Amino acid sequence: MQIFNLAKKIFLFYYEGFKNMTVGKRLWVIILVKLFFMFAILKLFFFPDFLKTNFSTDKQRSDYVIEQMTSPVINNK
Amino acid sequence: MENFNLALVDWSRAQFALTALYHWIFVPLTLGTSFIIAIMETIYVKTGNEIWKKITKFWMTLFGINFAIGVATGIILEFEFGTNWSNYSWFVGDIFGAPLAIEGIMAFFMESTFIAIMFFGWDKVSKKFHLAATWLTAIGSNLSALWILTANAWMQNPVGMHFNPDTARNEMVNFWDVLFSPTAVNKFLHTITSAYTYSALFVIGVSAWFLIKNRNVILAKRSMVVASTFGLLASLFMLITGDESARQVFRTQPMKLAAMEGLYRGESNAPLVAFGLFRDEPTPQNPKAKEWILDIKIPNMLSYLAALDPNAFIPGVHDLVHGNKEHGIESYYDRIKRGKIAIKALADYKAAKKEGDDDKAYESLKLFKANYKDFGYGYYDDPHDLIPNVPLTFYSFHTMVGLGVLFILVFLLSMYYSVKDKITAKKWLLWVALLSIPLGFLAQEAGWMVAEFGRQPWVVQDYMPTLTAVSNINTTSVIITFWLFAVTFTVLLIAEVKIMLNQIKNFNEDDGGH
Repeated sequence: MQIFNLAKKIFLFYYEGFKNMTVGKRLWVIILVKLFFMFAILKLFFFPDFLKTNFSTDKQRSDYVIEQMTSPVINNK
Repeated sequence: MENFNLALVDWSRAQFALTALYHWIFVPLTLGTSFIIAIMETIYVKTGNEIWKKITKFWMTLFGINFAIGVATGIILEFEFGTNWSNYSWFVGDIFGAPLAIEGIMAFFMESTFIAIMFFGWDKVSKKFHLAATWLTAIGSNLSALWILTANAWMQNPVGMHFNPDTARNEMVNFWDVLFSPTAVNKFLHTITSAYTYSALFVIGVSAWFLIKNRNVILAKRSMVVASTFGLLASLFMLITGDESARQVFRTQPMKLAAMEGLYRGESNAPLVAFGLFRDEPTPQNPKAKEWILDIKIPNMLSYLAALDPNAFIPGVHDLVHGNKEHGIESYYDRIKRGKIAIKALADYKAAKKEGDDDKAYESLKLFKANYKDFGYGYYDDPHDLIPNVPLTFYSFHTMVGLGVLFILVFLLSMYYSVKDKITAKKWLLWVALLSIPLGFLAQEAGWMVAEFGRQPWVVQDYMPTLTAVSNINTTSVIITFWLFAVTFTVLLIAEVKIMLNQIKNFNEDDGGH
């Protein structure tokens, strides 16, 4: 019960704080658009993790990086 | 070199530089204004004077806008590590993992908790508890910076690690060596003091604008006293840490120091170039070319500043490339040879392990370890490819130093005239203070250009050149994300500046704020 009350207090603290903010809604719109753009578009479609996407084990990743380090050939596309 | 797609390397670098540049617009203001606000609030709590509460709240609003727009811009750098710089990310993984994980936890728990109390808790918690939250926000954001700057310092001076040839990763041997390496300590202190300087310039610049417009005079004058005192102390400390940083560069990145000073031919009793305009770079074909159109030099000063000995020999670009037996400097030609041996030994070691040839694996590993310190040099055939862009590094360095000296004068005069209550009569100083806001940003970026262009071609000094750090991906995708990022973040920056300007323009200290 005490934990529930504490959680409620914390929630209300943030809720009322955001509700009563004076800086304006435009700022929040910008922040939300930015976060959506970064995580839902950039990360998802444009910034896949190269080694995680192309290899399934750390051993494969290590072998690939060593190959790149010892006989580097970077594509020219 | 012929194996590399230099367009891919250049676009990846451009994209990372652009992201870092945007990120660094927001970060220094957060680092410094958080402390300025904490000082202002401390005065409010100590004196109980409501005007200090208004002053604190005004700057806190600007801090909040900057923090909100800037939040998570650094995440894009981490996206880029995984996508564009995967070889690098793998190579440094274990060293970067610990500091960045600590940063993430610290940023989340300290900043998100205490910032909320700072903004929403004015009438809900006691004055002292609120003040503690404000100070902890400032300390938390600065501690966050510690970890990422430690990681950057490690790239400039890799210590406390061991390279594992089986996994191709650097493993941390001693966390404290990484955290407390002189390069890391200096980088952190120099970077945060420069951020404090920039933040103080921002506060006195906005205050100067109020005074020019004859608005919010009490807020402006009092803010100016706090910010100019804070700025003066920060900029003097920045000078000291900058001096020590230069000594570190001399010890660990002598080529960068040569580029910072435009020093092609090494000298004993080396003078410091206070001002210089480049003419020609002396080359093997034209070794007697004169470097300068115009130069003002301070005799012996470079030797003294770099080595604390006015007679010390400071190697120039040519000494490092061709070697200098008299001063015990190995040539890049020799280091390239050893680097090639190390690269081949690593390949042989992997092949021998695959074939189960333990003897060959043992011999190859021994050879690799003996030559590993020059590993990165082995990717090059021409040592001249190992020289950074000297004019760019030189001009960036001298712009940073020149502006740093100007800022000390601005703080000194602002503080003097503010304390004497004569600041409103000094219109020229108010304009200089206002114009110092963009100059502060320029100095910050110039400092990073010295650090990052000056260390090229290395991404990890001596071990990994930038061109082997990139992922083997399509150049077009990097170009697309570059422009996508450039457009989006320019729009965000314009929005931030507009919101901030509106807050400043609409503020009225007589009606309690906005």
